[in-house]
Amino acid sequence: MAGALNPGGGGAASGVFGALRGWLLAPSLIVIGFFLLAPVCMMLIYSFLTKDFRGGVIWEFSLAAYDQFIFDRGLFGDEPPKIEWIYITIFWRSIWQAAIATILCLVIGFPTAYFIATRPAATRTVWLFLVTIPYWVNLLIRTVSMKFLIRDTGPLNEWLIQFGVIDTPIHVINTNIAVQLGLFYSYLPFMVLPIYASVERYNFALSEAARDLYASRWTTLREVLLPTVKPGIVAGCILVFVPSLGAFLAPDLLGGAKTFMIGSLIEEQFKGNAGNWPFGAAASMILLTVVLIVLMIYARQQSRAEERGH
Amino acid sequence: MAAPGSDIRRYPGFLPITILCLVMLYAPLIIVMIYSFNDSRSITSWGGFSLRWYEEVFFGLEAAKFKVAALNSLFIAVMAGITSTVLATAAALAMIRGGSFRGKPASFALINLPLMVPEIVTAVATLIFFSTIGFTRGVATILVAHIVFCIPFAYLPIAARLQGIESVYEQAAMDLYASRAQAFWQVLMPLMLPGIISGFLLAFIISLDDFIITNFVKGAGVETLPTAIFGAVKQGIKPNIMALSTLMLLISVIFVTISYFVGKSGAKSSQ
Repeated sequence: MAGALNPGGGGAASGVFGALRGWLLAPSLIVIGFFLLAPVCMMLIYSFLTKDFRGGVIWEFSLAAYDQFIFDRGLFGDEPPKIEWIYITIFWRSIWQAAIATILCLVIGFPTAYFIATRPAATRTVWLFLVTIPYWVNLLIRTVSMKFLIRDTGPLNEWLIQFGVIDTPIHVINTNIAVQLGLFYSYLPFMVLPIYASVERYNFALSEAARDLYASRWTTLREVLLPTVKPGIVAGCILVFVPSLGAFLAPDLLGGAKTFMIGSLIEEQFKGNAGNWPFGAAASMILLTVVLIVLMIYARQQSRAEERGH
Repeated sequence: MAAPGSDIRRYPGFLPITILCLVMLYAPLIIVMIYSFNDSRSITSWGGFSLRWYEEVFFGLEAAKFKVAALNSLFIAVMAGITSTVLATAAALAMIRGGSFRGKPASFALINLPLMVPEIVTAVATLIFFSTIGFTRGVATILVAHIVFCIPFAYLPIAARLQGIESVYEQAAMDLYASRAQAFWQVLMPLMLPGIISGFLLAFIISLDDFIITNFVKGAGVETLPTAIFGAVKQGIKPNIMALSTLMLLISVIFVTISYFVGKSGAKSSQ
């Protein structure tokens, strides 16, 4: 990254700490390699093993986990396989919910980020600080707070009834909307920060030129500003979409049985009654694959954009 | 053009959306805070101001359980914070000041791997790993898991800070016959300190915040504050949980505010 343009690094190609870098780097890499990379590989192996009924696995190769995800073979396994829609639906719903949460974050987050980035430098940091504080509050507590607020008998419904806006409580909790709202609430700052960073770097002389050439305010926004700050928008969308996809707390606390998402499905295999470790490992692998594909597409576009820039 | 500068930047409607955004971010938290002072047993109706739920958090029936959970959380967060900050500082020195070397992109990817893998997947993988090697689940397994995902969070501010410090400082120290250790401890370290403090605070809060991974790798009967709260909330939101949440919320806000001012003073001193 920026190491390429290390100032003063011309003479000492490997820096003052170059000789020690192996020793300095090794501990972090060993810890992450041993306790994350190796476990992920082990999880991949587990997804091809046979399930044990008391949780855990029997060390016998089996494709049962992936088979269960995709095919329905009937109760005794002797019927011709049909596509099993339950898990595909859960997966599809997760993608859909994460996408809607991302759009919500973008619609609210872009104007907010833009507004903050165009404040004078002194007040800018204060606005930014205000937006980031809630992110540092425990995610569980934030989700519980949201649940408290939007319950059928919660303060929001109570007030709306009291002020005569509605007669019966609006039923939001345990619906898709509640989950989307929860995901939106969980990850909104992730959208604001990268967009803010790219708008802050934006050269407003470009907008000025567009306006001088009789482009309207909104045409300038659409044709000049948005294409320029697009990298920030894409980064924000990924930062919201990826954690939303595998989220557990928002769907579990704010949603009901009909809003089951992939995170809950996985959790149930290990903590709940289902107790099917290979299936949980397979579902995790599928989730991880989707996330890595999204990240790889992003990385490729990013490097292509950089090539074009130079 | 009439008024250049501010006029061109302004879009009508963006200020109201920003305010809406802040209201949406803060409303749930502020309402829980207010209701934690509610004297009424029912969590819906307002029954006057009272501190009774705070009393219940500290002295009530579940006080002992929450105390143990809080101590666990604090111990794990402090240990994970310190360990990951030390590891991340060393890694940042190698990555930013170690020149270019083979495997640098791969090292960078590995350090950031915990950020790329979805939390629930990390949780599953870690659980499978510990159960395969036959490690008893408990505080130790939680701590190891936390250190792993705290490393990139500690790394980011430390590396950013180090990138902002020109390498002439330690080179000058070396030219004046300082040893490499002296160049680090007496020259570079003081300059890096704001980044290291931010890195530690970030790792500390991230560890304190974690629910999903902890929930998977904790043993039976071992609780941290988030898992204890989650267990309690499953039976319905009670006022003492709101009081406890308010306390945790305030702790987070205090920590972030400290981190903000440390970062600010750091930015000033480097100019």
